[in-house]
Amino acid sequence: MIVEIGHFALVLSLSVALVQSVLPMLGARRGDQRLMETGTIAASGGFVLIAIAFSALMASYVTSDFSVLNVFENSNSRQPLLYKFTSTWGNHEGSMLLWVLILAFFGALVALFGRDLPATLKANVLSVQAWILAAFLLFILLTSNPFQRLDPAPMEGQDLNPILQDVGLAIHPPMLYLGYVGFSIAFSFAIAALIDGRIDAAWARWVRPWTLIAWIFLTLGIAMGSYWAYYELGWGGWWFWDPVENASFMPWLAGTALLHSALVMEKRAALKIWTILLAILTFSLSLLGTFLVRSGVLTSVHAFATDPARGVFILAILCLFIGGALVLFALRASALEGGGLFAPISREGALVFNNLFLTTAAATVLVGTLYPLLLEVVAGEKISVGAPFFDLTFGPVMVPLLFAVPFGPLLGWKRGDLLGAAQRLYFAAGCALAALVGILAYTGGTKILTAFGFALAFWLLFGSLTDLFSRAAFLKKGWRTGLARFVGLPRSAFGTALAHFGLGVTLLGIVSVSSFQEEVITTMAPGSSVEIAGYSLTFDRIAQRPGANFDAQAVHFSVRRDGVVMTEIDSSKRFFPVRQMTTTESGIWTHGFSQLYVSLGDPSADKQSIVVRIWWKPLVTLIWIGAVFMAVGGAFSLADRRLRVGAPERSRRKASLAEA
Amino acid sequence: MPMRRRLAVFLAALLLIVVSAPASVFVTPAFAVNPDEMLADPALETRARKLSAGLRCLVCQNESIDDSNADLAKDLRLLVRERLKAGDTDEEVIDYLVSRYGEFVLLRPRFDWANLALWATPVVVLLCGGLLALATISGRRKRRGPTELSAAEEAAIERITAGRR
Repeated sequence: MIVEIGHFALVLSLSVALVQSVLPMLGARRGDQRLMETGTIAASGGFVLIAIAFSALMASYVTSDFSVLNVFENSNSRQPLLYKFTSTWGNHEGSMLLWVLILAFFGALVALFGRDLPATLKANVLSVQAWILAAFLLFILLTSNPFQRLDPAPMEGQDLNPILQDVGLAIHPPMLYLGYVGFSIAFSFAIAALIDGRIDAAWARWVRPWTLIAWIFLTLGIAMGSYWAYYELGWGGWWFWDPVENASFMPWLAGTALLHSALVMEKRAALKIWTILLAILTFSLSLLGTFLVRSGVLTSVHAFATDPARGVFILAILCLFIGGALVLFALRASALEGGGLFAPISREGALVFNNLFLTTAAATVLVGTLYPLLLEVVAGEKISVGAPFFDLTFGPVMVPLLFAVPFGPLLGWKRGDLLGAAQRLYFAAGCALAALVGILAYTGGTKILTAFGFALAFWLLFGSLTDLFSRAAFLKKGWRTGLARFVGLPRSAFGTALAHFGLGVTLLGIVSVSSFQEEVITTMAPGSSVEIAGYSLTFDRIAQRPGANFDAQAVHFSVRRDGVVMTEIDSSKRFFPVRQMTTTESGIWTHGFSQLYVSLGDPSADKQSIVVRIWWKPLVTLIWIGAVFMAVGGAFSLADRRLRVGAPERSRRKASLAEA
Repeated sequence: MPMRRRLAVFLAALLLIVVSAPASVFVTPAFAVNPDEMLADPALETRARKLSAGLRCLVCQNESIDDSNADLAKDLRLLVRERLKAGDTDEEVIDYLVSRYGEFVLLRPRFDWANLALWATPVVVLLCGGLLALATISGRRKRRGPTELSAAEEAAIERITAGRR
């Protein structure tokens, strides 16, 4: 019954979305207030309906209702409760349902919090949002129905893929989708503006917070996924340049560019056309990611959507929205002329530089991801594009950008003073130079690239904070006044500084791990020890530990330094009988920002010893901590008064009332 | 970069949430290089590891043979080490593998005409984008004096100022 209610609610939400995709826009054309308002009701109502459908599916997972095909295929009654919840989206159908739930959620947010938007803009945005929603609801109902019944119902389910049985699944997909799908708002605003034929600085002011929210979630989602892969896979790797990772990374690159170009548009009404295009491209890349992952075109493990109907359907959605948006753009963009002028060396110029490199980076990742597919289709040749390609191309594109980051916020709008900015960066430059010399001395001059990597990281770290400190003027005005000025700086200045600082933190982690990681791969038996990075690891004992739906084989290690026990590490392998699969649970000891990482390989033939892989990963946690800094920076920026649309207006109104 | 040897497929599975592939070959986290495969000569072994990281395990998805636990990957790892022991240079090992398995085995496609579009994209996008941006910025600055007001705007000013006068 609950399942049928869910199914019914989903069908109903499609009809609501169809209504929403027509009426508000019609109202906007005719200037009919009542028609325009249907958008608000439909968007919130549609969200409630999809939430009902989603809850129904989740309820059948939690109660292990194996009469539902989807539940049978992807869960098991012996799973811990948390994984029964998360199993809901640990499969194709459920994850698409989560996708539309979040899409509807953003639509409802615009409907409810968009009161200050001009009525026609809001109506158009909601209609465009509903087009996307209707297309994906149709996709789910026609090709990926999660509510399909199974008769007779089996006694037991086939279990969730063991590698997904982790808290990571509870956090990573929702976050990633909040990011990915959140960019749909920027897209809808862009399309609405093109339809309206009008766009101004206020438009950028409305779009930026939505883009920021999506970007914050995407940043955290990607970082979370990276850490999850790191500890779950047992390879100690944190980024693989896998097509599926690239699918989430491309929208991040484009979204980051969008945040910056919207800034120019908001402040100076310049880069209008480009910003609109970028908003379209960013969400197009999200759609492309969805297509790549969902259609099975990558013919890899995640290509479980083996049914070609799904692939073709998503491809059609993709072509319709991206193609339609670009055609509309081509027709209407020329009408959006103008904007402020600026010299090449200026804040605007710096942001254009940022956009140029981020776009190039996104294009590099895009071509690297799609090229093997295209070549196979066009020429029938099979080639591989893997990590070595991306290391060689993506890296060099990022270096000039990272070098330029500290300059950006120090340049004035319209016309900047490059020399002046450089002079204010002398401290950061000094730190970078010190890092360069320090690393060269430490490695005996053998690791020149590493030294430059560290220098760049320190340049970013200190350069990002330069703007804050020079604006507070601690040196000139004394620490007291300086502190007062520091606190009084706009939150967006903190946002910029923190996000850029986070970039430096991440870079520091990457460079450090890439250059100074130590690795030992060896066979160990109880009682044996190995040395790594000044620590001594002793294999104490091995034990069997049965879990709820798996059997674990755990090895207990003790870590000593100079004979003193520093910590103990448990590393295990889990065997899941239902799926006949084994997963690794790496043992990780975090020491400062560094980690000692231990994972188990195969036992020897006589079962007396086991292959153990041990890594010392200096400063590895900084990679993800940096992402947290970026997200916090985004949150600061979001809290800035300037972005709270209507806030200045309201207080001004209050002030004028008081005067009167 | 010794850091980048990994199991792309696995990550994918994770990163992407959704994998619920039927219990298939890919999840058996036995690891790639095993101690018994390693060469006694550390310099040779380092070269072997480096080469392995750039070679694709043909039956896996985007995985290097250094990461993969598939039988074929193990065979290839041993093959690479045999060739190295026989005195091959790195290039000779790679050429040998390409002659046997095709370019598909290379995780970094070769620089050649067939892959021009792949390698040239970053450079072309950067150059074209950069030129376009410069041209637009300087072009607009030259082209434009103070903005001309439209007739409607002129009329509006007329109306407003007329009221003041």
